Amino acid sequence: MAVEHVDGKDKGNVMLFALSTCGWCGKTKDLLRQMGVRFDYVFVDLLEGKEQDDAMNTVEKFNPHGSFPTLVIHDKLAIIGFREQEIREALGP
Amino acid sequence: MSFTGINESDVDRMYLTLKKEAEDGGYRLNPDVDFTKNLIRGLLKNEQRYGYRACPCRLASGRAAEDLDIVCPCDYRDMDINDFDACYCALYVSDAIAQGGKTVSSVPERRPPRSDRGKRTAVHTISTGPVPALPLPVWRCRVCGYLCAREQPPGICPICKVTKDRFERFI
Ligand code: SF4
Repeated sequence: MAVEHVDGKDKGNVMLFALSTCGWCGKTKDLLRQMGVRFDYVFVDLLEGKEQDDAMNTVEKFNPHGSFPTLVIHDKLAIIGFREQEIREALGP
Repeated sequence: MSFTGINESDVDRMYLTLKKEAEDGGYRLNPDVDFTKNLIRGLLKNEQRYGYRACPCRLASGRAAEDLDIVCPCDYRDMDINDFDACYCALYVSDAIAQGGKTVSSVPERRPPRSDRGKRTAVHTISTGPVPALPLPVWRCRVCGYLCAREQPPGICPICKVTKDRFERFI
């Protein structure tokens, strides 16, 4: 899977499932960068075939709607959509 | 985000076209022009890779028939503007947001999940009792609700400009 890595403060495992074309996904990515958090992200629309399917199955495990952005924190908590307050609370200083 | 193969003059042109079409039909584009143009880049990107303007904030399957409900403007736009002041992507917004009285926030996904798709039903079922025999069928635009009684739906919805394939038989 074409996972991109962004360096920053270690807050544990932070994984963003996003689409390359989606406005709220972009805002979520910008927020994480601005907060200086270390995270990984993947643009699911740029994956193909089985890789995309596997990614969707993972997204749906955390967010049955399979919508974007889905931010998975510590392989447990999912924040769905650009929810600035919640993201700041979960990963704040 | 910028995409390869997307021409900025096409983005500007499409922005003006969408803005005019929206306003003519009583809709509003998001007043945040940078955000809006970004979504337009996404729409153009999707047109390039799928052949139709699939919603930039949803994962398209690439199969036109399955994605028909999320070709922009999607079947969910008007309900989301009603309930949340913006469509799912926030390309289209309510008057309150367009005029700066309110700000947009995240809209929950209303489209059914993958496992429930394809079970298309009429959006509203209102019991009316027996319907009198009509001289013509009535067609409903799934996007904006425009109704017309004629042999076939129009090629383009006069209100929201979507194509004929977005109409359903209503009565
Ligand atoms: S109307 Fe909004 S939510 Fe619907 S397809 Fe267009 S951009 Fe996406």
